[in-house]
Amino acid sequence: MQSSVTIRGWRARFIRPAWRVMIYAMLVGGSAIYGFPFAWMVRSSFMSIDQFYEDPPPFFPLPPNWASYTEVWETGPIVSWIMNSTIVTVLGVVLMTLVSAVVAFGFARTEYPIRDVLFLLVISTMMLPQHVTIIPKVIIFRDLGWLDTLLPLIVPMIGGSAFFIFILRQFFRTIPKELDDAASIDGASPLRIMFTIVFPLSKPAIATVAVFSFIGNWNEFFEPFIYLNTPDRMTLAVGMRFFQAGMWEQPQLHLQMAIALIAVAPILVAFFFAQKHFIRGITLTGIKG
Amino acid sequence: MRRTFWQQWSGILFAVPWLLQFVLFIVVPFAASFWLSLTDYRFRDFPNFIWFENYADLASDEVFLKSVFNTLYYTVFHVPGVMIIAFFIAILLNQKVQGMPLFRTLFYLPSVTAGVATIMLWLVILQPNGILNQVLGLVGIPGPRWLTSTQWAMPSLIIMSFWTVGTTMILYLAGLQGIPDHLYEAASIDGAGHLRKLWHVTVPMMTPTIFLTLVLGIIGSWQVFTQALILTGGGPANATLFVLLYLYNKAFLIFQMGYASAIAWVLFVIILIFTLIQFVIARRWVYYEYDESG
Repeated sequence: MQSSVTIRGWRARFIRPAWRVMIYAMLVGGSAIYGFPFAWMVRSSFMSIDQFYEDPPPFFPLPPNWASYTEVWETGPIVSWIMNSTIVTVLGVVLMTLVSAVVAFGFARTEYPIRDVLFLLVISTMMLPQHVTIIPKVIIFRDLGWLDTLLPLIVPMIGGSAFFIFILRQFFRTIPKELDDAASIDGASPLRIMFTIVFPLSKPAIATVAVFSFIGNWNEFFEPFIYLNTPDRMTLAVGMRFFQAGMWEQPQLHLQMAIALIAVAPILVAFFFAQKHFIRGITLTGIKG
Repeated sequence: MRRTFWQQWSGILFAVPWLLQFVLFIVVPFAASFWLSLTDYRFRDFPNFIWFENYADLASDEVFLKSVFNTLYYTVFHVPGVMIIAFFIAILLNQKVQGMPLFRTLFYLPSVTAGVATIMLWLVILQPNGILNQVLGLVGIPGPRWLTSTQWAMPSLIIMSFWTVGTTMILYLAGLQGIPDHLYEAASIDGAGHLRKLWHVTVPMMTPTIFLTLVLGIIGSWQVFTQALILTGGGPANATLFVLLYLYNKAFLIFQMGYASAIAWVLFVIILIFTLIQFVIARRWVYYEYDESG
């Protein structure tokens, strides 16, 4: 008895604190590694172009060169790019989240003969490599006269996203069905149940999906890169490439970093505000595969 | 009680938007893509039907085979690397210590900002005189010319990919939090230490999530495009030419759309085979505690 108490005391006094210190050390070290790219982006946006080619380049440029941030607005149609990205992203967040939620509600809360087969179909499309269909899509959009407009990015949003439907359906199923039944006895229609009971109770999951949609649409590169050709009509992610190639003899690294930071800023703001819901939402959905 | 046709089927209305998109933007383009792959379509002229000629050409197209090899090379290191790192980070982020929201945000940061902006940043980090080589220089290692070296360009892209583990990590974190406490308590009573609990409780309970991330990870890595386009353009000497980049070059730079559609279908079949193999092997190692269908 005596010895086991001592061992426990010893554990509590040395092992546990040591373990905690180690966990903190790893958390801090890891955060530094994963926070580094962003910090470096900020640092690099304050460099002048010549400083990039010094050997070695300064660790932090002193005095910081703010000129990139003013110069960058004059060198490309950035305002148009931001507008276009905003249109696609806002519509993406609203449409994809709403439609996905409605479709997910159907899979979680209604019954009809082929429901489960259909849901399996939704899941299996997550495994389809979407890029494989890019060529026919370009031809279809060309024939519709949609190339070089935002329509090919927006119209396919009407179906929501398989991944979002999956996440939301999993979450909706955790809401007790008794709530629906009670409302249904009171004469509420499925639509009413959806908007007044299930959606309000699913805020964390819906917020999560909205943030995913925001990040995904804002960063989307492949499809807009293929569909959009005129500089004015590009989204920010696509237009940004001009600072790398084409217009100058050597890459304008300082301008690239300034615009990179401008591009990343809205995402950081969105993520910062949704962070609490975001990770909790994902955790609550209990995605199991 | 006999239900009317309407009562029985009305639920399907909720799925209509998705079905519409499925047919218009998935089924039709997939079928069209296969038909195109049997033609010599070049975006302007009318396509001539040439049976499987494109596929036969692909089999002897050395650049294409190189792109398949490159993509495989990337997959072999990228997928397990990301999974191991994400697993480790998820366990770390699942500890009960102060300040966790901040740590979670920082680890997730590179995944949120993933995209052209962050990719362009790597041009700066990987410059020959950039910060990475400066750090390597401090410990006496002469850094390579990362992105412009045939030997190091692909490892550069792989190393870079280890920063965007956020989504995998979050899925693992969700999985970890779904493991019931009583399993750990039971293991403790049986005298299991941290490591044995990890191996005999955590890992088996996580296998469904691990499986999901493995399948999605491989599918994703066969579709690498943006990093290669921006950082290396597929070079040097095709060292980072991924299949999708080759498809893009063929379809949209020289407009050989029939040929590029054949590449698309080979890519699709490769991904399908990888996925099916995994589903077959999964029966041996993935542990489902309860039935999902319920």
